[in-house]
Amino acid sequence: MRTPIRFAVALALTGALVTACSGAATPTPAPSPSPAASIAASPEASPSPAAVSPSPSPSPSPSPNACAPANLATLAAGKLTIGTDNPAYPPYFQPPASGNATKPWQLGDPTNGQGFEAAFAYALAGQLGFTKDQVSWTVVPFSNSYAPGKKPFDFYLAQVSYTPERATAVDLSDGYYFVAQSVVALTTNPLAKVTTISGLKSFKFGAQVGTTAYDTIKNIIQPTTSISVYNDNDAAVKALQAKQIDGLVVDLPTAFYVTAAQIVDTKGNPLASIVGQFPVQAGPDAEHFSLVLAKGSPLTSCVNQAIGALKSDGSLDQITKTWLSDKANAPVFQP
Amino acid sequence: MTALGGLGPRDRGDVLEPPGRGRRSRRSGQGALRSTAIAFASTFVFFGFLAWVAVNSPGWPLVQQSFFNGALFADSLPDIAAAFWVNVQLFFIAEILILALALVIAVLRSIPGPVLFPLRLLSTIYVDVFRALPGVLIIYILGFGIPGLNVEGVPTDPFFYAVIALTLIYSAYVSEVYRAGIDSVHPSQSAAARSLGLSQWQALRYVVLPQAIRRVIPPLLNDFIGLQKDTVLVSYIGVVEIFRQSQITEAAHFNYTPYLATALVFLVMTIPLARFTDWLVARDRRRAAANR
Amino acid sequence: MNGPGDAAGTAAAALRIVGLRKSFGPLEVLQGIDLRLVEHEVVCLIGASGSGKSTLLRCVNLLEPIDEGRIFVEGEEITAPGVDVDRIRRRIGIVFQSFNLFPHMSVLDNVTLAPRRVLKLSRPAADAQALELLRRIGLDEKAREFPDRLSGGQQQRVAIVRALAMRPDLLLLDEVTSALDPELVAEVLSLVRELALGGMTMLIATHEMGFARDIANRVCFLDAGRILEEGPPEQIFRAPREERTQRFLQRVMEAGRL
Repeated sequence: MRTPIRFAVALALTGALVTACSGAATPTPAPSPSPAASIAASPEASPSPAAVSPSPSPSPSPSPNACAPANLATLAAGKLTIGTDNPAYPPYFQPPASGNATKPWQLGDPTNGQGFEAAFAYALAGQLGFTKDQVSWTVVPFSNSYAPGKKPFDFYLAQVSYTPERATAVDLSDGYYFVAQSVVALTTNPLAKVTTISGLKSFKFGAQVGTTAYDTIKNIIQPTTSISVYNDNDAAVKALQAKQIDGLVVDLPTAFYVTAAQIVDTKGNPLASIVGQFPVQAGPDAEHFSLVLAKGSPLTSCVNQAIGALKSDGSLDQITKTWLSDKANAPVFQP
Repeated sequence: MTALGGLGPRDRGDVLEPPGRGRRSRRSGQGALRSTAIAFASTFVFFGFLAWVAVNSPGWPLVQQSFFNGALFADSLPDIAAAFWVNVQLFFIAEILILALALVIAVLRSIPGPVLFPLRLLSTIYVDVFRALPGVLIIYILGFGIPGLNVEGVPTDPFFYAVIALTLIYSAYVSEVYRAGIDSVHPSQSAAARSLGLSQWQALRYVVLPQAIRRVIPPLLNDFIGLQKDTVLVSYIGVVEIFRQSQITEAAHFNYTPYLATALVFLVMTIPLARFTDWLVARDRRRAAANR
Repeated sequence: MNGPGDAAGTAAAALRIVGLRKSFGPLEVLQGIDLRLVEHEVVCLIGASGSGKSTLLRCVNLLEPIDEGRIFVEGEEITAPGVDVDRIRRRIGIVFQSFNLFPHMSVLDNVTLAPRRVLKLSRPAADAQALELLRRIGLDEKAREFPDRLSGGQQQRVAIVRALAMRPDLLLLDEVTSALDPELVAEVLSLVRELALGGMTMLIATHEMGFARDIANRVCFLDAGRILEEGPPEQIFRAPREERTQRFLQRVMEAGRL
């Protein structure tokens, strides 16, 4: 009696699984709860590594009132909910000058508006018409930000890089920062003296999972050794200190934080240096950070419009200069 | 952690013989056949219904894209299967060490007498500590902490430390399984062996342990299967194994389908292993019940 | 409580027990046992369940630690501190009610295990000896079988042979037929009788009164942890002196076992 039942269960489960997996190219219907805003329907092309425009196909300009706070289909009416990961790292989010970050934030405190992304988020909110009190933050782990179903945020920012593959699963806004990846190494390591990309090949590199830093190692450095991948940058830093990796690849602003504050001796003297940064590609294909929104979100076009406004009036430049001014100081790798 | 201790095989007996085998009347054979058909049909209908509800729910297309994307499944499977090789090496090497170390610990705890008291105490402390501490803690302390001391000659290879961590952790659990097996061998076996003049150690080695180990093969396999998943620990200290590879693909595509590929790999490995154990146990069960 | 020739030289005694006391927690199972066996003697212990027969045997081969008293085997005190217990046990064989064969080994391996590991006999020598013993009890064809294939009587005879393979000076038999179906009892008793006739020194705890009467040199009646009465079988069975002995034998007769 046992065997036929097990067979039946196996057969039924297989049937269910086959049903589920078939029809992989089913187009995603775009939900449209708000009659006011027009929806940007994302193209359903399967992901291709060839040059794709960095933003979803341009949406028709929303009518002037469509982006007012009262008309936006936000999670909570009249309020803006922004998600980011915890801990939130400098220089994107800053810890308070004294005391602890407001709970549940562990390191950087988004609510104080300090730090590049915190400042940008509040500027964006202001551009959309929300006051500081109308903005609330929520902790969302990175891997939850793209889970299907209702999002717990209106938009999400945590140094998320745009890729065409990712854009099929969520809406990614226009870029708000063009990222340079860089290499960090202990000053005692021969890697610290390398100046060319080809010179990097023989060393061992590590990066955080899911980052374009990892992609940089894989696609640009193309090392002869296997890549080490870590849950978070903190673990990667430990590996660097334990000499299990020669070089840590991380975006340039984070590299400054890491070398200035994390890899230091007991007196605070730095033990690591930024070996160099990778040349940033020119043009819209360059790696950039985007906000994450639900696929087909009614907010996307308004958010893009607001980003555009912050760019043209120079506010975004100003914020970038304030928080990420050291960008120019690291040498650029030659081929 | 997934380790489960437990005693020997449950005697399922021959109550559930499939129809057609054994001396049954024709009438009860037909009844059994009909019950099977009903069970088959109702199970199929039930799961089919669940599948139908899922597929027709409003969020289905997005969920399907996120979790059951056929194209991505096919694309990610080669990388994932390749990364799995790391896990395979890890759990084979660790399992051999675990089976050995756990046996030593179990034996140390089982031999009475004042002379061995310090070793018994040490073993007990070891088992308590390593069952209490979370694996993540241990892997970080061993994998980053020891190399981080920057002492000359100390290995820095993360794989090495993962083997050590898994061995230390699992030996604690598995030693309890062995101990349960040893305790389950009737003391009269030990008495008979000792009364023939065999020493404590000889009685253990030739009479008790062979019987004890046969009895605990199912829980040992249980722990082995758990170990196969816990090899993910090595990813914490940098090595790319199957879960990490799934995560890399997941983050690159913002899609959870790679985990389905991972699930498939584990199913393919675990199910035959479980059936093999069933066969081993059935073959040995006869022997184990001989003591009348 | 005293047997014949008790005061005579201990050098001649195969086994000598003096003042043995044993308790399990608050329960005092053996309350002062004095017993002496000379070589080639067969002594049967009879008594009700719980009278201490099994415990006595287990104390003799040191499976149970004793609380008080001394035990001598061939003049050597085995209860002295610092004695090598394993060495003593080589000289005393014991067979249990529940056979206790090793189920994971063949019959042959059961019999050769101790001779090989303890006496350090080589495999061929041990095998040859074992097969000879098995042949004598007609079970040499079963040498490669596992115990679960044998009947109870066959298993028990193998257990006896397993004990004999160590060439003990003294053999202890603890109710060796009590767990057997009646039709299998005879074959075991027949083997024991053979051993007795062959001169094996034996201390036998048994319910088989007829058998005891047949082969024992002496019978001891145990009651409440003491040897209440002992003497030649004819005396014990025909004309027991103590009243409790009489009552016990009466009950046994009524149960049809005498």
